[in-house]
Amino acid sequence: MTVTVYVPCDTTALALGADDVASLIEREAESRQLDLKLVRNGSRGLFWLEPLIEVDTPEGRVAYGPVDPSDVAELADAGLFEGERAHALAHGLTGEIPYLKNQQRLTFSRIGLTDPLSIDDYRAHRGFAGLEEALTMATQAIVDEVKNSGLRGRGGAAFPTGIKWQTVHDEPEGQKYIVCNADEGDSGTFADRLVMECDPYMLIEGMTIAGLAVGATQGYIYLRSEYPIAHRMFNEALKRAYNAGYLGNDILGSGRHFDLEVRLGAGAYICGEETSLLDSLEGKRGMVRAKPPLPAIKGLFGRPTVVNNVLSLAAVPFIIDQGAQAYANYGMGKSRGTLALQLAGNVKQGGLVELAFGTTLRELMEGFGGGTLSGRPLKAVQVGGPLGAYLPESQWDSPIDYEGFAAFGGVVGHGGVVMFDDTVDMGEQARFAMEFCSVESCGKCTPCRIGAVRGVEVIDRIRAGENADANLELLSDLCETMVDGSLCAMGGMTPFPVQSVMQHFPNDLTRQQA
Amino acid sequence: MLEHNNHIDESLSMAPSGTLQPQEWTPELIQQEIDALKDKPGAILPILHAIQDRFGYIPEAAVPIIAEALRHTRAEVHGIISFYHHFRTHPAGSHVVHVCRAEACQAVGSRQLEAHIKNKLSVDYHQTSRDNEFTLEPVYCLGNCACGPSIRVDDTIHGRVTADKFDRLVDRLTTSTLEVK
Ligand SMILES: Cc1cc2nc3c(=O)[nH]c(=O)nc-3n(C[C@H](O)[C@H](O)[C@H](O)COP(=O)(O)O)c2cc1C
Ligand code: SF4
Ligand code: FES
Repeated sequence: MTVTVYVPCDTTALALGADDVASLIEREAESRQLDLKLVRNGSRGLFWLEPLIEVDTPEGRVAYGPVDPSDVAELADAGLFEGERAHALAHGLTGEIPYLKNQQRLTFSRIGLTDPLSIDDYRAHRGFAGLEEALTMATQAIVDEVKNSGLRGRGGAAFPTGIKWQTVHDEPEGQKYIVCNADEGDSGTFADRLVMECDPYMLIEGMTIAGLAVGATQGYIYLRSEYPIAHRMFNEALKRAYNAGYLGNDILGSGRHFDLEVRLGAGAYICGEETSLLDSLEGKRGMVRAKPPLPAIKGLFGRPTVVNNVLSLAAVPFIIDQGAQAYANYGMGKSRGTLALQLAGNVKQGGLVELAFGTTLRELMEGFGGGTLSGRPLKAVQVGGPLGAYLPESQWDSPIDYEGFAAFGGVVGHGGVVMFDDTVDMGEQARFAMEFCSVESCGKCTPCRIGAVRGVEVIDRIRAGENADANLELLSDLCETMVDGSLCAMGGMTPFPVQSVMQHFPNDLTRQQA
Repeated sequence: MLEHNNHIDESLSMAPSGTLQPQEWTPELIQQEIDALKDKPGAILPILHAIQDRFGYIPEAAVPIIAEALRHTRAEVHGIISFYHHFRTHPAGSHVVHVCRAEACQAVGSRQLEAHIKNKLSVDYHQTSRDNEFTLEPVYCLGNCACGPSIRVDDTIHGRVTADKFDRLVDRLTTSTLEVK
């Protein structure tokens, strides 16, 4: 009898020793003369349990984790290959682990279940059903579905995806492009990476549907160079999708055409901003362009271009397959569907949590996250990446929704939730926000380029106790100038974390440094 | 019998870090990389990546060759190379260590780890250790934010890195490089 064992192969599982675990499992099976089928699946996104290995049993997949290489021999003795559940690292059926069971996974329904590169696995879980449907639909009907789903861009700005597609759709025929923003520059975010490493065909499918909808025959994925594993995995998936007829000149014999290529970025945060990304793709320095013209009208190489985040595009196959309403049924207010929340930083149970909009940060950080890793009290949480405000406890009970967060100066952004315990020095975090902007500014406008450098200096003076009051006032003015005078959100939002520290953690800023 | 579904081809296999030794560049080899890619729209980034991947850095001498092939000025090419943090114009050490400086890693002690690493290797960011073994670079997020502090050594990412774990890693890398030589 064959025993099937799953050992994930995403960046985080590998970073915690999954390859060693896999080879030790092979060795244990061999010494027991077992017929082993080792599947390198994607991660379920339960990173606190990685490497999370699973064994097929008649009742379903049984989970063990986190499995250190040094645990393998003992686990094998304790009946790993039989799916015994007595060992301390055993968690019973994977699907019953509350962290997973309590999620609402629409986009991430397949991750961790399948071998990411297997097209058969993908198809067995409704993969390409959306594309097959789209091939039978009129272009306007596809755009309408996306509009009716209420999907808004998941990359940060939350612009309605269907409306963006409509603009490109309505431009006269000719060369148009689909550009996938896979720069994922925000600290605390890894959901784009998970899609590309653990369910790559979903992104290929989403982009192909986008191409069909707006009449684009070429797509580019702009991927950050910080993700070497995603790069290798995704390129392999592309090759296989071409071989299987899902891409190219004659998609599934329909006579329709769509080509896809990955382009690697080169370590510049600003290249996540869509116009800067387009400049970079065109072979220039990644400088931000003034809008208008919108990329939807004059985008890549001057042609109409859809620029969407990985998660926006990855939501599309579900929407087309299950219908706009099935997606829109989730969420609250004008925030429809689900959000890929990413629990990171000082968190006991970090990982990916897909939930409908409307949950609260506290439910997320305590219910899913289990509090801090250090076990110390939680002090602040930064949501929405390095340009997002630091939220104090008084703001943890607000439901997560774009408008609701904006109302109190919060940012949902790309859904990254970074937790800090009470040892954090918020003055240091404010300084870092300015420093980051000074390193990553594209340099086009003065408030951002010079302002960030001055911001670091002023904060240093405040922290050194030099004219604290006058310098705090100067810092406020500087923040306002950056907010009002910057061309893009890099300079325009860098003040958010700084202002939040001034407002909610003022003592940390003015407390004199030893 | 072992059965793998792990059908990632050779180029995809997760090679242990540090096994890719850069090649010596010549103008002909640089031209080769350029010719293979120059007809792509927006070819310069792919070309710069190809050159750095093969030779370990982008030699000054590549600038006029690229400029000529893409009908850019040398200043433009230089401006592009210097804009992106990833590209370097001098050879790196045998291993490149990227330390994540971003917030999620800060929340679990990356600042202390950063100080330890600088001290251990006796270098600051953008520098190479005197024995030429390690080049240290900052990076802002490796997408391993739930299990930080994170570092990248060549193409391998490591999570929950402690000072001890880093020291062991360095020892392992230096002994294995010595054996190769
Ligand atoms: C400084 C800056 C960095 C950004 N980084 C990213 C990023 O890494 N990934 C992303 O998808 N969007 C990023 N964005 C947002 C994009 O400009 C753009 O709104 C998005 O790609 C549009 O796709 P969506 O509508 O699907 O979200 C960034 C914006 C700014 C101002
Ligand atoms: S705000 Fe900063 S990053 Fe944005 S365009 Fe201006 S200089 Fe460039
Ligand atoms: S913040 Fe360090 S890996 Fe993301």
